[in-house]
Amino acid sequence: MAGFNKVVHSYEDAMAGLQDGMTVIAGGFGLCGIPEGLIAQIKKMGTTDLTVVSNNCGVDGFGLGILLEDRQIKKMVASYVGENALFEKQLLSGELEVELTPQGTLAEKMRAGGAGIPAFFTATGYGTPVAENKETREINGRNYVLEPAITGDFAIVRAWKADRYGNLVFRHTSMNFNPMAATAGKITVAEVEEIVEPGELEPSQIHTPGIYVQRVIKGSFEKRIERRMVRQG
Amino acid sequence: MALSREQVAMRVAQELEDGYYVNLGIGIPTLVANYVPEGIEVMLQSENGLLGMGPYPTEAQLDADMINAGKETVTAIKGAAIFSSAESFAMIRGGHVDLTVLGAFEVDQNGNIASWMIPGKLVKGMGGAMDLVAGAQNIVVTMTHADKYGNSKLLQSCTLPLTGVGCVKKIVTDLAVLEVRNGAFHLLERAPGITVEEIQQKTAGKLVVNGDIPEMVFN
Repeated sequence: MAGFNKVVHSYEDAMAGLQDGMTVIAGGFGLCGIPEGLIAQIKKMGTTDLTVVSNNCGVDGFGLGILLEDRQIKKMVASYVGENALFEKQLLSGELEVELTPQGTLAEKMRAGGAGIPAFFTATGYGTPVAENKETREINGRNYVLEPAITGDFAIVRAWKADRYGNLVFRHTSMNFNPMAATAGKITVAEVEEIVEPGELEPSQIHTPGIYVQRVIKGSFEKRIERRMVRQG
Repeated sequence: MALSREQVAMRVAQELEDGYYVNLGIGIPTLVANYVPEGIEVMLQSENGLLGMGPYPTEAQLDADMINAGKETVTAIKGAAIFSSAESFAMIRGGHVDLTVLGAFEVDQNGNIASWMIPGKLVKGMGGAMDLVAGAQNIVVTMTHADKYGNSKLLQSCTLPLTGVGCVKKIVTDLAVLEVRNGAFHLLERAPGITVEEIQQKTAGKLVVNGDIPEMVFN
């Protein structure tokens, strides 16, 4: 890695430095837009006691779900975890801790974390179990909950195209949490479908500027579909 | 006769107005998209980051990178916009979405809603529901008026952990259309053939009935 060339050529290099007990923020919504190869690398490394922050925890046998198989996740921060029998089992047995967080609050926690905002007030969750033990405040006649930002030791994201400067463009709704996750990692690793030459990405169309990204690796993706719906036509 | 799921969706669709940005939850709310009235244009928002959601794809259009908030493959209409989750919830939290339609386990006469957690059963998470009920300009809840044992879901005070407080404006059940205001359910319409007495009997919270209550009209 020289200067601004952030491209790495092995998954070992991509995830180098990941240690037990770290916090990993992962982009993706369900199985859409997940960094498949980086997740597989974490599984291979066997890193444990991880706190994983992602909207969901994959499914049994795919996505973040594979990190449950060897009990690598200590705590999961997510908005919805209903797709995963192993998750349920570890949760009920007390092996796994979960912090359920409203989806928009989760996105904003990552955004705030990456933007240097330590916490923010939101109406979301006021008067619900989510607000328990949190500071609340009435502002202009409405009640809000103070939500702390999230940052990670690592952030792992999936993008469509990148250049060696780490500029990223996402494809369709696989964007989801990826841009915020990318901003919130001390080390952000982007696994991408294609690496293009600098200048090929239109500067004003870049979704994530390279300043947020430390490593880029070209991956290959299964892109499994969680709920395949089609119409006749 | 109590309304079918499709009829509940048809009645909710009458709440749509031309130019509305609408977020439809999973289940009956999703069906509302099939009954948008003639001559009205609405834009569907899907909270995973899509404004201008279209129908399910054909086999040829199928794309793993194109899904809705229910994780189903979808299409985008011409003129759609795609953006991040933070942007998506900024438009929700900022009150830019005109109408949210979602299901619930319970609603109470103060507009509180419980829709995500039954203690003792496995908690799967709230997804975007708490953000949606806190942010939308207008919230319509669809649900059956009573559970399968006949217990009312329209209560004085919700018994389950809440999704949001004081946010529900209107409820469309299989028996009635009700407005929630001033600490009471106000009966607006009855399902065809359903009596006010039956609705009264299945509403545990305070029900206000003013004058003759018309039957719902389906075109």
